[in-house]
Parts: sequence; C-alpha cells; structure tokens
Amino acid sequence: MLLIHCPYCNEERPELEFRHAGEAHIARPTNITAISDEEFTQFFFLRDNPKGIAFERWRHMHGCGRFFNAVRDTVTDKFVTTYEAGQPRPDLPAGGENEKGAGK
Amino acid sequence: MRKYSIFAVAREAMRGHKGWPQQWTSPEPKKQYDVIIVGAGGHGLGTAYYLAKEHGITNIAVIEKGWLGGGNTGRNTTIIRSNYLYDESAGLYNHAMKLWDGLSQELNYNVMYSARGVMMLTHNVHDVQGAQRHIHANRLNGVQNEWLTPEQAKEFCPPLNISQTARYPVMGAALQRCGGVARHDAVAWGYARAAAARGVDIIQNCAVTGIRRSPSGAVEGVDTTRGFIGAKKVGVAAAGHSSVLMEMAGINMPLESYPLQALVSEPVKPIFPCVVMSNTVHAYISQSDKGELVIGAGTDQYTSYSQTGGLHILTHTLDAICEMFPIFTRMKMLRSWGGIVDVTPDRSPILAKTPVSGLYVNCGWGTGGFKATPGSANVFAHTIANDAPHPINAPFTLERFRTGRLIDEAAAAAVAH
Repeated sequence: MLLIHCPYCNEERPELEFRHAGEAHIARPTNITAISDEEFTQFFFLRDNPKGIAFERWRHMHGCGRFFNAVRDTVTDKFVTTYEAGQPRPDLPAGGENEKGAGK
Repeated sequence: MRKYSIFAVAREAMRGHKGWPQQWTSPEPKKQYDVIIVGAGGHGLGTAYYLAKEHGITNIAVIEKGWLGGGNTGRNTTIIRSNYLYDESAGLYNHAMKLWDGLSQELNYNVMYSARGVMMLTHNVHDVQGAQRHIHANRLNGVQNEWLTPEQAKEFCPPLNISQTARYPVMGAALQRCGGVARHDAVAWGYARAAAARGVDIIQNCAVTGIRRSPSGAVEGVDTTRGFIGAKKVGVAAAGHSSVLMEMAGINMPLESYPLQALVSEPVKPIFPCVVMSNTVHAYISQSDKGELVIGAGTDQYTSYSQTGGLHILTHTLDAICEMFPIFTRMKMLRSWGGIVDVTPDRSPILAKTPVSGLYVNCGWGTGGFKATPGSANVFAHTIANDAPHPINAPFTLERFRTGRLIDEAAAAAVAH
C-alpha cells in the first residue's frame, strides 16, 4: 500500500483514503464541440502511460475530498512530490528517467 | 523436433531420460528477418507458429527481453472462457475456444486444457439480470452459457456456500461448461517448440530499445541490446509494455498499465472441481492439477510497471473467497505475484495494423488475455501475413477510438477490472 502526502491536509496518509484519478494536466478543450475527431481522441482516450516519471491526479476521497496532482515513478511506485490542483508541473531534478512524461 | 508419444516416453524411461532433445534452440540473431515479433509470451510465440504453419513465413524472430513465457503468460490464473457480451468479442473469444480444443494434439504438447466449467456467481438482482442477458446474447452467438439455480450451483461446486444469510448470498450462476483452465507455461512452451521446429528463431534476453523507420516512415527493423535486427514487418505483442514499445515508433496508445495480482495456496487434495468467479465480491478461484488453489485478485487503482501490488488488494479477494467458501478459511497461502496488464478504455483488445507501415500491434488484453491466446495469435498472424485483418479481428482496430465504434466490454465484461 502506498503512503501518499496530501498537499491540502499536509499529511502522509495510507492509500486507502485516496482514489487515483488518471493522468494529470489534461485540460478539457473549451470548444469541445468544435474540435476534430483526432483532437477528441487525444483528449479523451490517448494516455502517456510512461514507464518512469508520471504526472497523475489523486483525490483524497476519505479525507479532505479534494483533487491534487502527484509525480510518481511508475517503476518504483515512489512519489517524487505532490502539489495542489491547478499548479503547473513542478521542475524535477535533471536526468529524470522519463523525459516524455513532462513533455505533454 | 522429436515427436512426443507414449513410445518416446517408454524408450526414454529405459535409458534414464537422457535422450530428450532441447525443445527449442537459442540462436544468435540474424541480420534480417521477414517478420519480427516483439514479446515471447503465448500471443507472440503463437503468432510466429501460425505465420509459419498457415502462411508459409518461416524467416521469423521472436524477440524477448526476459525469458519466454515469463511475463503475463506465466502470471495469469489460467482461466479459459468465451462468454463475452458483444458479437465482436464472441467471435474472437470463441475462435480461441475452438482452437483450445485440440491444441495439445496440434502442438504435440500437453497444454492440459481442462474443460471443467467456468461458473460466474450472481449476488443481487442486477447481477442476475446481467448474467441472464449474457446467457441470451451468448446463445444467440453460438457461445455456450447456461443458468443455474443456487442449488444447481452448489451441486456443480460443492464447497460453495449458498446460505441466504451470507453477506452476499448466491442468487444463481451462469455456467460455461466448455470453459476451464490450461497450463499456461505449457502453452508458451508448446508454441515455442512448434514454432522453433518450423524454423522460427526465439531470441531471449534481448530487449528491444528502438523501432527503426525508413525516411518514408515504414518499419525497417528494431534496435536491441544485441544490435540492430532488420525486418520489413514488426508485430508487437508486449502486454503491459505495449505503450513503451509503440512510443518507440511514435505512436501514442489508448492504454494504461496496471498491476494485477494472483496468489496460490499450499497444495491440497482435489476439492475444487471447476472455476468460480464472482464480479460483485471480486474473486476468482480454481484448483491446479498440483493441488494449489489459484486465486486471482483485482488490479491496483494506479498505473505502474512494478509487477507488484498492494497487500490490501489481496486481502480483499481473500475475504471474498472465505465468505463464499468457508471451508478455505484456514488455508495457507503459498505465493503471490503481480503482472502488468495493459488496459484499453473499452476493455477490449487492439489487434490491428497501425498508422506505421509494417508495424502491427496485439495489445490491450487487460486482465484477460490468456484465454484468447490461440485465437489472438491465429488472427494476428493473418493480419501480419496479409497486411490486412482477418474478419474476426477487423473490429479490434486502433481507429475505433476515433470513430467511436467501441467494443464496450468495460460495462459488459464478465469480470471486474
């Protein structure tokens, strides 16, 4: 079981209190009815699924109830950091295992 | 390839079993092949076998980063069934079911396919309606499936607790009698031996590090930890690592990789005659021929490549097993492990050509790829050989996530994901 630091509660709590909520930093297009099928596919279905550093959303379901973002290594399952929703991607130490994860 | 038979066994028994040849060789990779398959699991090895047998293409390399059959082929709970809801799925999984029957004879290798029946329990009104809808849809598609009352379910599987005071009482079950189990390792080994006998090179401990493309965009071959290996056609059958492989060709996939766990108990005498699954309490269980109870758990909630998962996922499943089969509450668990499963948004596989000329992909089997092994390999070989899908796998494209023609087993799946 993972231990996850909620940036709102500022506490490290067991995974059971949280729900994983998919890849982070995917913004719903504001003109959703106007975009092409390809753009919709990209937004709705395609995912980075990196082996290495992943940016993802979590929700502190059984705590404060709020969504936040996390950076986690999907090989070791270790969290690099967590940060509040709406904040930009944090700068990571150079030489991260997966450059692609930060590219989108 | 020396044929296995009762005479061969008798002959070897007389001389201390010293005359058995290697089942397959480990050749040095050639510079160029007609087809490269990435991933020596059941799907990849089977694809090479059918390419050689049915399409006359024998200049094939199957490249594997670890050892053959060491990924999800050797990590699943060996369950075989074809009771999927939609027509497209019924076609694909029933194709596999037909090939399971007779696979041991075809490969001259005992894959121990045992049609002992797969029984799926229902615990509430919604389950009952869902199961009956499945049964009707299956029967219209020529797929075996039948309804059992709780008493009939108990008769079919005596350890089952059908007490109406259980937390999730059994309200009936859907039974597919031709479903069952097969020895997963033997499936990989059988295909490997039969493919190698037809001239296929199986190259283990060789990781693909890149997919090389010509200026026109077509596939030229793969870079590996043992150098460049050329081929005009490359088929990727890499399960949980499909995203990573396809990324090498610049293709972003509609896949997410999750850990999925399973565990086995200490071996005991025969007690459990079939496979029982329950989506609602989330457990599935069978007994191997060695006597171990084989138990499948669910996926973890987060994406990962760590081939391990949370303990609470296992205990959740064991709670359900103990509730349904109180006889097993004192059973000791022997081993648990994880595999990485690649899950698509609609929970149906992708078995198709890709936007890159000469590149083909067989992925997205999620939590249930083993059962499809022969069928998947068979139609994937057809797709690669003809550069066009077989009618059976034609709906399982990558484009369906653009056109919207999903095969939405996510809602209809017989197993919880």
